[in-house]
Amino acid sequence: MKIQVLGPGCAKCTKLLETAAAAAKELGLDYEMEKIADINQIMSFGVMMTPGLVVDGEVKSVGKVPSLDEMKKFLR
Amino acid sequence: MSTMQGECGCSCGGNAGPKIIFSCSGCADVGELADQAARKLTRDGAGKMACLAGISGRVSGIVKSTEIAQSILAIDGCPLDCARKTLEIAGFTRVNHLRLSDLGFEKGKAEVSASSIASVISKAMIYL
Repeated sequence: MKIQVLGPGCAKCTKLLETAAAAAKELGLDYEMEKIADINQIMSFGVMMTPGLVVDGEVKSVGKVPSLDEMKKFLR
Repeated sequence: MSTMQGECGCSCGGNAGPKIIFSCSGCADVGELADQAARKLTRDGAGKMACLAGISGRVSGIVKSTEIAQSILAIDGCPLDCARKTLEIAGFTRVNHLRLSDLGFEKGKAEVSASSIASVISKAMIYL
């Protein structure tokens, strides 16, 4: 599974990254995590507000940090 | 090339979602006028134009961004209302709607000029 976190590196982006890592660990997933900070690359996903979460190429969340439970649903 | 115009905002600091503008961008002159007005509004920072085709195609980033929008404006050139209907089919019903034919722009006879674009923008600003 490929998890991509979109954001310039501010507090919410960091929190989202941590939540995604925690959820993936709890689910025992084999995953690859990528942090994308380049604005043009972020916008290439069609995302207009960060932080963003992309799982296997699909944008799951935009503009907020999902809870751990929400994150687990996104990763299942 | 980006998929849309404008900047991507950060939600840190309690920033609200974007004000998203969709234009029918149809092939008729009124579609072109709607498109040009939406682009100008974006350049002026009044909102962010997004690709209506991304809604039709269920492009996840565009759909998710629209879900968190502070407001959604659909600009249609004619009474076919393609932009509004496309959004409605995708589940977006909280949409402000501007139809250029209601403003006196007649399909096939509308001039796309700085003046007509400014006229559309002045009406669109009411919804943004």
